[in-house]
Amino acid sequence: MSGPSTYNPKSGFERWLDARLPLPRLMHDTMQTFPTPRNLNIWYTFGGILTFCLGVQIITGVVLAMHYVANAGLAFDSVEAIMRDVNYGWLIRYMHANGASMFFLAVYIHMFRGLYYGSYKAPRELIWIIGVLIYLLMMATAFFGYVLPWGQMSFWGATVITNLFSAIPVIGNHIATWLWGDFAVGDATLNRFFSLHYLLPFIIAGVVGLHIWALHVPGNNNPLGIDVKSPQDTLPFHPYYTVKDAFYLVLFVILFAGFVFYSPDFFGNPDNYQPANPLVTPPDIVPEWYLLPFYAMLRSIPNKLLGVIVMGGAIVTLVFIPWLDTSRVRSCRFRPLMKQFFWAFAVCCVLLGYCGAQAVDAARFGIPLVWVARIASLYYFAFFWLIMPIIGLIETPKKLPASIAQSVFGDNAATPAE
Amino acid sequence: MHLKTLSLGLVAGLLVSSAAFAEGIDTKRLHPKDEKFSFEGPFGTYDRGALQRGFQVYKEVCAACHAANHLSFHNLDEKGGPEFTEAQAKALAAAVKVPAEPNDKGETTDEKGVPLMRSATLADHFPPPYPNENAARANNGGALPPDLSMIVKAREGGAQYVYSILTGFHEKAPAGFKVTANKYFNPYFEGWNISMPSPLAANGVTYSDGTKATIEQQAHDVVTFLAWASEPKMEERKRFGFGTMAFLIVLAGLLFAAYRKLWKDQH
Repeated sequence: MSGPSTYNPKSGFERWLDARLPLPRLMHDTMQTFPTPRNLNIWYTFGGILTFCLGVQIITGVVLAMHYVANAGLAFDSVEAIMRDVNYGWLIRYMHANGASMFFLAVYIHMFRGLYYGSYKAPRELIWIIGVLIYLLMMATAFFGYVLPWGQMSFWGATVITNLFSAIPVIGNHIATWLWGDFAVGDATLNRFFSLHYLLPFIIAGVVGLHIWALHVPGNNNPLGIDVKSPQDTLPFHPYYTVKDAFYLVLFVILFAGFVFYSPDFFGNPDNYQPANPLVTPPDIVPEWYLLPFYAMLRSIPNKLLGVIVMGGAIVTLVFIPWLDTSRVRSCRFRPLMKQFFWAFAVCCVLLGYCGAQAVDAARFGIPLVWVARIASLYYFAFFWLIMPIIGLIETPKKLPASIAQSVFGDNAATPAE
Repeated sequence: MHLKTLSLGLVAGLLVSSAAFAEGIDTKRLHPKDEKFSFEGPFGTYDRGALQRGFQVYKEVCAACHAANHLSFHNLDEKGGPEFTEAQAKALAAAVKVPAEPNDKGETTDEKGVPLMRSATLADHFPPPYPNENAARANNGGALPPDLSMIVKAREGGAQYVYSILTGFHEKAPAGFKVTANKYFNPYFEGWNISMPSPLAANGVTYSDGTKATIEQQAHDVVTFLAWASEPKMEERKRFGFGTMAFLIVLAGLLFAAYRKLWKDQH
């Protein structure tokens, strides 16, 4: 919470600096004494994990860019040269490629956590909306990055996605040509995608700064979804949350390292180890796993323009959540009805992802997956535009605890050792 | 997706044999054989003997039609690979001719117009068998033999898939399945018609270490070699992984202890 600053410059230099550029004061107030609800659980460690992921992607990405050649004739071989001839190039590239998947894994957990505990509700609407913007930027960056190795999936993925813009009436084809810088995906496209792939992460870093700034005004939400009422409800960020975040970060890095060192191509597609060939279309063009739910929505709709609108709408919808949720209670812990619809929503998202990974005409247990995707897409929109507003009005929430401290220590332990 | 359906139809029309569809047989490729390799698992390494024998099979059989452009002769004596001695690798390179650089007069051909050649060095990439794609196709009935440097990573099923293709030529085509002209039956290949004739023959190579050169042995060896060609840093990667994991687990333990101690009375 942005209360009065408790920073007390100790040395003459710190006093001098504090009067001119109070950077130590900022660090002290936001990363050391920042009062944080004492009941944050494991799901609240993903903010720190995501910052780590962004850092890993930027550092490994900058090194990769030193060796990568953004040229349609050379890109594929330059990536392979990184894998073979650059010292530890294999490590840097596998960290970057798997890092993208880890980044999205963490961001999805972070988003579902926000949804479950109502972290988007007043006064945290802007934190959520800025978060949606970060998510959008991440998807764009990941898409541009996937094109760079210039393998078969890179090329055909780029072709499919950029072709979506041609669905726009009248000017669609012009937009596609403008995006390509050519009349098809080619060298000009690769070059601009490389430029944007290098630019966007720094924009993400800036927007993450806003996200954290906006977080530090009202402070963290918490699993109870109730406001902090007294200093007893909180702990200073350091050392309590630095050590907790660090522990869970290391567990996350163990998972990350497991993929990098023991199954580096787990998230990859074998086709992307074949150089891009505009004359041979791969039998199945599949995007990376983190885009599959949206891909499933797109494919489930027979009309291309409508499909694109639905896919875009699925993301734009997220911006309106703070106002679609009419409940006065934040956390699903105290919302017995909403909790069930929430988990159904989570299942729908996984189901959509599964459908997106299968062939267009696939069926399971005699049910065409395209219909599964249609129903799941319908639920996706219904969840936000119908269920959220209605449940908030008709649901009787459970009784909220009096305070965070009371819920942590029980009624009689009003004075914890602090 | 109009584009995708369109291109899918195009590919189906161009690549997949229409004869097979006419017979009503599902020519989806069979699941690859479950061949075991030494390089599997978190501690698996390449079998050095298999790598050296596999290189021999590659050199004497595969290289006649397939390039392996991402491999250089210096890879042959590198740690984690076939680990030939430097002298052996140099000798293997010297036996191969590659196009020479322009001479002092700036000529690239001799007086008869024959391109100047020189012996390869450790710095050279494996030279391709054909000067360009058209030449490769013209010599292979219109089909393009793929580059083998990354074949194991570039195919669904990996090492087992390549092994199954190499050993899958001897199975009988089911009644009613007509093999397309100039193609060969291989049920492990999508569509069952493959442009490559069975490349391996029993005792087609003579191993210097006395290993019996059955088709299965040659296939196992050459697939080991190709797996290394795809992923030459695998052994280094797994070694690094072990150290990293050990470090991270100790670090996690220390952090957990610190976390428990600090939070003892706080929740």
